[in-house]
Amino acid sequence: MTKMSTTIAGVHFKNPIIMASGTFGFGREYGKLYDVSLLGGISGKGLTLHPKAGNPGTRVYETASGMLNSVGLENPGVAAFLEKECPYWETLDTARLVNLGGGTLEDYVLGAEMIQRDADLRSSLGKTAVDMIELNISCPNVKEGGIAFGIKTSEAQKVVQAVRRATKLPLAVKLSPGAENIVEMAQMCEEEGADAVSLINTISGMKIDVRRRSSVFNNLYAGLSGPAIKPVALRMVHQVAQNISIPVIGMGGITSATDIIEFIMAGASVIQVGTYNFMNLRAGSQLVEELEQFMVQENIQSLDEIRGII
Amino acid sequence: MGMVLSNERLTDGVYHLKVETNSGGKMGQFYMLRAWGAYPILSRPLSIHEVNEDSVEFLYHVVGEGTEIFSRLTSGDSVELEGPFGTGFPQVEGKVALIGGGIGIAPLYYCAKQLPGCDIYLGFSREAYRTEAFRPLAAELTVDVGGFILDRVDFSQYDHVFVCGPHPMLKAAQLKGIAAEEAGSKTKVYLSLENRMACGIGACLVCSVSCRDGQRKACADGPVFRSEEVIFHD
Repeated sequence: MTKMSTTIAGVHFKNPIIMASGTFGFGREYGKLYDVSLLGGISGKGLTLHPKAGNPGTRVYETASGMLNSVGLENPGVAAFLEKECPYWETLDTARLVNLGGGTLEDYVLGAEMIQRDADLRSSLGKTAVDMIELNISCPNVKEGGIAFGIKTSEAQKVVQAVRRATKLPLAVKLSPGAENIVEMAQMCEEEGADAVSLINTISGMKIDVRRRSSVFNNLYAGLSGPAIKPVALRMVHQVAQNISIPVIGMGGITSATDIIEFIMAGASVIQVGTYNFMNLRAGSQLVEELEQFMVQENIQSLDEIRGII
Repeated sequence: MGMVLSNERLTDGVYHLKVETNSGGKMGQFYMLRAWGAYPILSRPLSIHEVNEDSVEFLYHVVGEGTEIFSRLTSGDSVELEGPFGTGFPQVEGKVALIGGGIGIAPLYYCAKQLPGCDIYLGFSREAYRTEAFRPLAAELTVDVGGFILDRVDFSQYDHVFVCGPHPMLKAAQLKGIAAEEAGSKTKVYLSLENRMACGIGACLVCSVSCRDGQRKACADGPVFRSEEVIFHD
């Protein structure tokens, strides 16, 4: 039996495969197709304090080996998530990451406080629904906040500091590839008490409809994901992993067991699968199986053997 | 995975695809199909045209790279298909009109089979197709080429009206439904919406539809909505 498990800040991941925020809802839909408890973890749809309707107009456009999205953080808000989704999350035997976004510093803090209060209440009843907060300071598709916090380390620091104070839950910070200096950004997160960093979020991109002479997106730009961004993601994971001592959650264009191994070799502790969920609705369960097979074939007893070997 | 049983060209850019599967489906539901590897990234939603014991049929129009690849499929090829997905048309009682515009006729064939005695209105911009298949299923069949099919329907004559077609047609049907209601008619109008989708199962929120009670998902809450629920922005 190969060892695929890892622990981050006391949170056990039975394997390194986490389904990425924004591609997996809150797990219910995929739960009709396969047992999501097979997964190492899930990161829920990005939440904001208040419900958000998202962006009007075209929300997705395909590119060479990738996909641009401009969903704009449509979500039901933290309160509705805690009330309606957490009872389902309580039933899952997988690490559950709540992805928290925001427009203002205050929104981030209030959101984190609500999640903490809910966690305390559930804990007093012997239950757990959220294992970790994944702080999203890097959504490129919202006008206020979002990416603005993700570019400047000094701005990001305010959010990370404030959220760290607001919650005792393990905290991962999801970084933007658009950060001025991704290594400095990750180091700041570590200094401010984050337990892990997730990278990378989507890369800001564009698509022009030449006949209509306009961008296909109302917001002009959109977030590029999928296999097209994998080399960039891998490089950033490698750079960051060498310069911090907290774990790295790597993601960007993963579609196979060998992609996962690449990220682990680059230094990631665990990985997230995003766009591939749309290419293959059963991606999660298939990748778990494929990774196990690959490790047996390559005689890898444990992911610890190969983590960060490059 | 399903095997292609046939893929017949009906007219310029319009094809009738039959795929072996016993997954079935209800009227107005759809499947996500792909017949390629990594590119295009997304599978394509195709509404159910007909359900048989061991196969499902689709009618599609070639509009982009995905449907272009579908058009080259031949008998024996394999396609990946997931489904059936979505909330389709309701099984209703009373007098029903089915109104289809262009490739929007696709889901109405299976509806017609479930709703004996319905009147069917099919509108095409240039060339009609598949109309003879509808004829034996209709109490009355009206076909219009180059006109505006909605002009041929008196909504107040029906208990239920099912509409599928291009966006402006759906919006016009909504207005026609409101006018009928204001004139005292109890006609219930249902619209089948088309939207870009990534997952098809309600997780990605790409296909979000503005409705009176907030954002809904075309893939999971729809594609069929009660007409008065939908807010058309343009």
